[in-house]
Amino acid sequence: MKTILSILGALIGAALMFGVGFYVSQFLFKEDVPPPPPPDYFSETSGGSRADLTGGDQKIVEVRDGESIRNAVADAEPGTIIRVYPGRYNETIFIDKDFKIMNYKGNGIMGQAGNNFVIRNNWVKDAGIYGIFPEYGKNGLIEHNIISGIADAAIYVGMCDNIDVRYNEVHDNVAGIEIENSRKVLVEGNYAHNNAGAIFALITPGLPIKNCRNVIFRSNYVINNNHENFGEPGSIVGKLPKGTGIIVLAADKVTMENNIVMGNDNVGIAVTDLSFTDNMDKDPKTDPYPDSLVILDNLMANNGNNPVGQVKTLGKARMSYKGLDILAMGGGKGSCIKDRSRYRTWGLDGYGACPPTTTTGIQSYMLDKPAEPRDVDKEREGKLVYYGVCSGCHAYDTRLIGPKVTDIQKIRADQQAR
Amino acid sequence: MNQRFRIIIQPLDRIFTKHVRYLIVLLPLVVFVSLGVIYQSSNSKEPDRPSSDKASGSASFSTQLRDRCPPGFELTDSNTCECRHMYQQYKNLQGAGVGGLQAGLPEARDGFSPQQIDLGRLLFFDPVLSADSSTSCASCHKPEKGFSDGRGRSMGMHEKPLQRGAPSLWNVAFKKSFFWDGRASTLEEQMQEALFNGDEMGNTKDSLLAALNNDQAYQLLFNEAYPENHGGQITLEEVYTALTAFQTSLISLNSRYDQYAHGNHNALSEREIKGLNVFRSSVARCAECHTPPLFTNRQIAVIGAPAADGAPFDEGAQATFGDSSLRGGFKVPTLRNIAKTAPYMHSGAFTTLEGAIRFYNKGRGHAVPEGENLDLHWLIHNPDLKDKEVKQLVDFLKTLTDQRFKPQVPEQLPSGLPLVHKHKRSS
Repeated sequence: MKTILSILGALIGAALMFGVGFYVSQFLFKEDVPPPPPPDYFSETSGGSRADLTGGDQKIVEVRDGESIRNAVADAEPGTIIRVYPGRYNETIFIDKDFKIMNYKGNGIMGQAGNNFVIRNNWVKDAGIYGIFPEYGKNGLIEHNIISGIADAAIYVGMCDNIDVRYNEVHDNVAGIEIENSRKVLVEGNYAHNNAGAIFALITPGLPIKNCRNVIFRSNYVINNNHENFGEPGSIVGKLPKGTGIIVLAADKVTMENNIVMGNDNVGIAVTDLSFTDNMDKDPKTDPYPDSLVILDNLMANNGNNPVGQVKTLGKARMSYKGLDILAMGGGKGSCIKDRSRYRTWGLDGYGACPPTTTTGIQSYMLDKPAEPRDVDKEREGKLVYYGVCSGCHAYDTRLIGPKVTDIQKIRADQQAR
Repeated sequence: MNQRFRIIIQPLDRIFTKHVRYLIVLLPLVVFVSLGVIYQSSNSKEPDRPSSDKASGSASFSTQLRDRCPPGFELTDSNTCECRHMYQQYKNLQGAGVGGLQAGLPEARDGFSPQQIDLGRLLFFDPVLSADSSTSCASCHKPEKGFSDGRGRSMGMHEKPLQRGAPSLWNVAFKKSFFWDGRASTLEEQMQEALFNGDEMGNTKDSLLAALNNDQAYQLLFNEAYPENHGGQITLEEVYTALTAFQTSLISLNSRYDQYAHGNHNALSEREIKGLNVFRSSVARCAECHTPPLFTNRQIAVIGAPAADGAPFDEGAQATFGDSSLRGGFKVPTLRNIAKTAPYMHSGAFTTLEGAIRFYNKGRGHAVPEGENLDLHWLIHNPDLKDKEVKQLVDFLKTLTDQRFKPQVPEQLPSGLPLVHKHKRSS
């Protein structure tokens, strides 16, 4: 009897101690536990460069304060390295050649349909709407950039494929890193702090490319993103409440693993469908629901202490002052979460337990080989030139405005033979 | 000899001089009466499409349709025309055909036969398609005006302004929705509204078919274009197909801008390149919606452009999709051949390119009528462009002109009706 009592006493004691520990730990996380130190962005070892830019007998052009970068670009031949020295350059530079940009401070970098790009080591501050904005690109690397003070997205990957976003620091922006209507994007090892919202995977309806899927958010530091939202009216990010860490808006197959998400006052991770920001029927070709999300091991604490808007209303409804780590609202199917009990969640009833899985096998979403700029051989190219350009004046075997092709062939026969 | 001859000749001579006046009167009478009888009899029986070997009595119209594809198209072994253009050498992201200088285009609607395209060309210019033979497709889509009509709001057969302007037909093969508010999803669907709307061409399906089936020249031409239906009745589907075939042959992808895009950096002047750079800058952000190479992203955008003078506010795509966030939304038009298609916007509110650009420069929502709460597109802001930059933009937009593949206007129409699209209408 005594032994039974003492075992019982020990058990009760243990339970009490556990309870006290639990209480204390909550307190600790709420107040003072500092997040792990952010990564060192410019050490030799962090990351590594996939695109080798040195070597060979490249021509180097130097541009110094007062000179024109634009002129240097205009004169550049394949392989030329343009070194822009510190200075104030009031130019907008458009590069219609293959290029890479490194070590740059100034207004935003923006590109349409650039493939195989590297945007590295840039410092972009208060640049307006976008910090780094590749659009319609395939196979790109955005790494080691520091971006702040942007009214929309600091790093804005729009309608792209096969992009890695690594080891960047984004702070004091409306949106830190925004993956919009893109596929195969790896967002890894970034440090996002004091933005209104840190990292997004979202669908914006009304754009020509309609889906967003196969996105990995891995090992990012998503800390204290509580900046006021100073976004432009009408933009999707302008409608989002401040204090949100990771946001998945209608995107599919987004995997979140090994992220540290702390101190975001609205909610740590928010998952929502398009009804949150927009009218769902606006774009009938867009699927408005976030499907097949995978939430694996993440370190989350101290989120949701001061919710706003819908999340605040929800807090009142569920009669809890405790903030949420993960919140899912609206429709969506096929999603899963690992160890859900380690997070404070709401709306994840439809989420199953994830089967054992990890993204560590995926080192990069970039392509093994550069995306080919051209799709056609010489003969087909010639055909396209003939039909696309020449055929307005030269028919094959009758005279239109110019002589017929068969005649031109006769005249040029000897040149062809040579 | 002479004597005998005179005996024969004299009576003839007498008869001729005596009765020639009767002949002059009678002969045409006989001709007209017999023509009337022929017409009547041909009307009374069910009209059959004659095969070309009994072509007697057809109008003087040449019944041969072209067996060659229009420029920009390659003839395949199965007698279809496939669109060929320089952008086919580039990759096409997600089939959307957007983004940057060297990006692929979306699939063009093609694969019609040369004969169908040529028949469509004749139908396009022929006012026989309208109720009162006053109006052809080309009345509102004039080749010399970039296949638009130079009016803010188009004018149908009753000379009453319609709700909106006629959009250009250049590169319509790449479009996936039609009308300013996107309410039709195929050209076939779109043209039925124009043909059978009382305010536009005012025809009915029955009378359109009757007019074509009663026209021998058209019967022969339809036989040629649709050999599988040789000798049968002309159908509406055949008409729609031919008109679609012609309209999708209007390709404009050879402007000086295109030469620049394909790598000839001397194709544009320094001023024009500056304009291009303003166009695609993150300040002006024109290229975000007017995305190259088509210079449209083929989406709907609410930009808050003003209505035409005196016209009520136009709800636009809200009606099509039943979505209040699309109130006042219209399709993003292509900017190709834009210099040829003034005035601009759905209402024709701006007569010049500069005016249209300055609209965007005057600030977000400045032209939205009071009481309207529009969900304006997020890229509409105040770019605060300088005068110089606005002018550079105009210079650049003019480089998008290319009408090299402009089709030939028929000299003569199968119906025998005169060409009407150059007629001035009172406005």
